[in-house]
Amino acid sequence: MRALPVGERALLVELADGEATEAFHAELLRRRAEGTLPPVGEIVPAARTVLLDGLDDPAGFAAGLDGWRSRAPLGRAEETVALPVRYDGPDLADVAALWGVREDDVVRIHSAAEFRVAFCGFAPGFGYLTGLGERYSVPRRATPRTAVPAGSVGLAGPYTGVYPRSSPGGWQLIGTTDTVLWDPERAPAALLTPGTRVRFVPVDDGMAAS
Amino acid sequence: MTDRAFGVVRAGALTTVQDLGRYGHAHLGVPRSGALDPPALRLANRLVGNPAGAAALETTVTGCAVRPRRPAVVAVTGAPCTVSVDGRPVAWGAAVRVPAGAVLDIGPAVHGLRAYVAFGGGIAVEPVLGSRSTDLLSGLGPAPLRDGEAVPLGPPAGRAAPVDWTPVPSPPAELVLRIRLGPRDDWFGAGALRTLATRGYRVSSASNRIGLRTEGPPLERAVPDELPSEGMVTGAVQVPPDGRPVVFLADHPTTGGYPVVAVVLERDLPAAAQAAPGTPVRFVPVRR
Repeated sequence: MRALPVGERALLVELADGEATEAFHAELLRRRAEGTLPPVGEIVPAARTVLLDGLDDPAGFAAGLDGWRSRAPLGRAEETVALPVRYDGPDLADVAALWGVREDDVVRIHSAAEFRVAFCGFAPGFGYLTGLGERYSVPRRATPRTAVPAGSVGLAGPYTGVYPRSSPGGWQLIGTTDTVLWDPERAPAALLTPGTRVRFVPVDDGMAAS
Repeated sequence: MTDRAFGVVRAGALTTVQDLGRYGHAHLGVPRSGALDPPALRLANRLVGNPAGAAALETTVTGCAVRPRRPAVVAVTGAPCTVSVDGRPVAWGAAVRVPAGAVLDIGPAVHGLRAYVAFGGGIAVEPVLGSRSTDLLSGLGPAPLRDGEAVPLGPPAGRAAPVDWTPVPSPPAELVLRIRLGPRDDWFGAGALRTLATRGYRVSSASNRIGLRTEGPPLERAVPDELPSEGMVTGAVQVPPDGRPVVFLADHPTTGGYPVVAVVLERDLPAAAQAAPGTPVRFVPVRR
């Protein structure tokens, strides 16, 4: 673990891998819930780092990290969000070719995996989901689409993501869900927040509403 | 809609509603957003008797014109510009009474880019995640102003500040941005860091509320690897593949995959919001 100063009021804590990042993020949330974390404006987990922005004393916080022993992530209700998906994406055949399997194997493998929201970014409510494993990594499309419809389920690198609203995007699209991922009227506004467990449930045409 | 509102007579090039932004949602991918020049927003609000963080208009270069349906107290700050009510010049940087139905015209910026127009009672569009700010990156908050639309105002609460003169900022000869190196300065060689600290840059015309883009000598990376996405702060000096530093402003993405060589001190960012394309930029490293 390494804490890098970021400007005057932030720290970027760098960890060994995604698992260590998840554990450290869980520990931060545990300490915040417990009231033992100094005030911090934003806690932003990412692939290998957690950013703490809006600290009064980043250097003091960094010094204190040496004494941290990451306890096992507190049994945060292991709630799993099930997302019904029609595996009808325009890139399903390409993904099957990249994986060296048939299209129905893509559906089988993807819907059998247990995913976790590693972090959010790119757009409000867009989660980067891990769980497929490195061997199913795929490149982004060489030419991004100018408009990817809301609810599109895509793959890029080791991640799966669901577009909360229509936007440009270069992910390989394998399916569609009708579940609303982002609604500012709802609390939390994002269905997929960092740490949330996710499963994709295959459904037939016209039955992907949850 | 009640008549506590103003109509938009001339929306201008890009006029948005801004307050001090959305806090605490970066982990969901929600940018901070908010006024690019917060001291100017706070001053405008103080002048009309609002809480400092009330929502106001942020104009871009060409100003705008609005017609309050009820008598309103307004103040214009930020970029210096002519201000008139039904064609008669009134004070910039002071509380001004606008009669019901009169046209308040905020002229083009004399220098700087963004003027702030506060209304007694504040702009009362529906807040999204605790803020009324327009976020141009993710589309949260109200859309930019359009000719002919009506914008709701809140009930005036405080009393206008008895100020009759506000110092007009003078045009800056150059934009000096003090920086603290890191977190990814080690992805660049000593030569690149020297280039950043000693060579001149200019504000690019591709700058916007997301970032101040620069033109100048590219910074060469010492580490060619791909950086896994990581959290980004306002003021981050990110170096994209073309090597030209980009300073992240209010609507910046919450995560990014290009290395951040340094971070601009928060108190130097309001000036960045007012720096017109072509303005010389100097990055000055300061010690911790």
